[in-house]
Amino acid sequence: MDKQERIKALKAHAKHMREVSLRMANRSGGNAHLGGGLSEIEALAALYGAVMEKGDKFILSKGHGVLGLYAALAEFGVMEESLLDTFLQDGSDLIAHPVMKPEIGLEASSGSLGQGISMAVGLALAAKKKGYTYQTYVLCGNGEANEGSVWEACMAAVSYGLDNFTLFLDNNHMQSDGDSSGVLNVSGKYTGMLAALGFQVLEIDGNDMEQVYDAYMALHEAGKPKAIVGNTVKGKGVAFMENNNDWHHNRLTAEQLAAALAELEAAE
Amino acid sequence: MIGITKAKARLWSRLGARATLGQALLEAAREHDFYVMSADLAQSSGLGRFKGEFPERFMNAGIAEQNMIGMAAGLAKDGTCVFATSFSPFVTMRACEQVRMNMGYMQLNIKTVGLGSGLIMAQLGNSHFGIEDAAVMRAIPGMTVVCPADGAEIVRCVEALCEYDKPAYLRLTGGPGLPVVYEEDMDFRIGKAIPLREGKDIGIIACGTMVHSALAAAGLLSAKGIEASVTDMHTLKPLDGEAVDTLLDKKLIVTVEEASIIGGLGSAVAEHLAAKKHKPPQLMLGIRDCFPHAGSYEYLLDQCGLTAEKIAGDIEAALAAL
Repeated sequence: MDKQERIKALKAHAKHMREVSLRMANRSGGNAHLGGGLSEIEALAALYGAVMEKGDKFILSKGHGVLGLYAALAEFGVMEESLLDTFLQDGSDLIAHPVMKPEIGLEASSGSLGQGISMAVGLALAAKKKGYTYQTYVLCGNGEANEGSVWEACMAAVSYGLDNFTLFLDNNHMQSDGDSSGVLNVSGKYTGMLAALGFQVLEIDGNDMEQVYDAYMALHEAGKPKAIVGNTVKGKGVAFMENNNDWHHNRLTAEQLAAALAELEAAE
Repeated sequence: MIGITKAKARLWSRLGARATLGQALLEAAREHDFYVMSADLAQSSGLGRFKGEFPERFMNAGIAEQNMIGMAAGLAKDGTCVFATSFSPFVTMRACEQVRMNMGYMQLNIKTVGLGSGLIMAQLGNSHFGIEDAAVMRAIPGMTVVCPADGAEIVRCVEALCEYDKPAYLRLTGGPGLPVVYEEDMDFRIGKAIPLREGKDIGIIACGTMVHSALAAAGLLSAKGIEASVTDMHTLKPLDGEAVDTLLDKKLIVTVEEASIIGGLGSAVAEHLAAKKHKPPQLMLGIRDCFPHAGSYEYLLDQCGLTAEKIAGDIEAALAAL
């Protein structure tokens, strides 16, 4: 498959993952983290659909992004699609933040922000120590990167020269309380911070599939951890959700679902 | 298995908890596969030699305890044990949520080691004391908490932890010149208390440095005609309830710990006793919900009522008041 065909296929997957995420949120009957689940879709579609190989590790450090993760795991056959019907139901493995269960692709429990990245650093370091060939990928959010522990982990990744480690920063410039500029005004500085630490940094449009794919595929510089700062749109793909923090954590009615799906269908 | 002789037992206690930890890890590393991490305290944690002999198995996290525990989780994901060490408040409270997620929720094979717990940090003050660490760790679901009494028991405890595939907190009290409790080998099993002395009137249960102090207090009481048994409850969680049950016929149960009386050994024993219909009263000795005024270790122990003389005096008074 040539690259353009691959990008086209990944875009189709991303579109389907958005539909699946919205349906999951609606079917659950409860509130779900929709905005941050939709901003990360390209990052996860490319990772599971084209980048990761068997044995590679992925940690969703931003545990609030389960909609995108569960959709990706079902989309690419890591978990049964029927499991998605159980999202947020009592007794389900699929709750609002990932709970470690490797057999369905959930590598770690997260939800307390700023922790998964440390585990990812440990996984990458274990590979160096023991000669494991897997790559470690971790996805953090820009709000999450307010946590000091994220930067402790970044310092360690650089200090240990983890060139088998890739951080994708889903930088949608919003967080629970709204625009990051009005909360902790640093979401525009992360690229510089990571570069200053010594990361190989690629700043891209994180909702542009080709840019996402290219960033993952870019040659990993020896001796450096890689960071992809993906500038994204919270609620991406559904006009009434985009950059609207009412959709940070909300319930999606049947009418709203129908409107959202129609919009996705009409998009290119 | 590390050989224990009388000379080694005395040496380890003389060297103290930190140096013995380093020595035990160094010897255990020849038989067991594990990593050791420090948060910029390797030298003062007795890990200098370990670092020299096993550089590939030692990792420094820098002064970043939260990330140390998270990294330990990643390193432990293939089942390899990781000893993550720092001073007790930093490893248990600065990194508490990392401990809770990775060791509690995910049950990864990490052993956190709290160095210099209790009051041994002396003039360094309450920022460095281990007052609440036992309580905080005990409250985390699925966590094992151990607190050995002297050098030889630290060695056996480290070995036992190497073979224990669950997360645990190793709480180390006392400094160089630990009084020797065990001159010879002991039957050390996690979760199994060690009875050290018989006595019909009082049942004293202690952990860490207070085991030796309890034995000394029992000696003082005996001279006054009061006979006290002493139990080394080195595992605070899971508590050896059967060992506590052997004390139900005493006039008084006494718990002694170099820790807050809230949430530690005393609380664990009280939780066990709560549902029993027939039980003696319990006297809880320890740090009484305060930040003591810093000073020398001896000054602090005296201030907190944790010398043999004060322990014996408190027991005598409690017995008289029954």
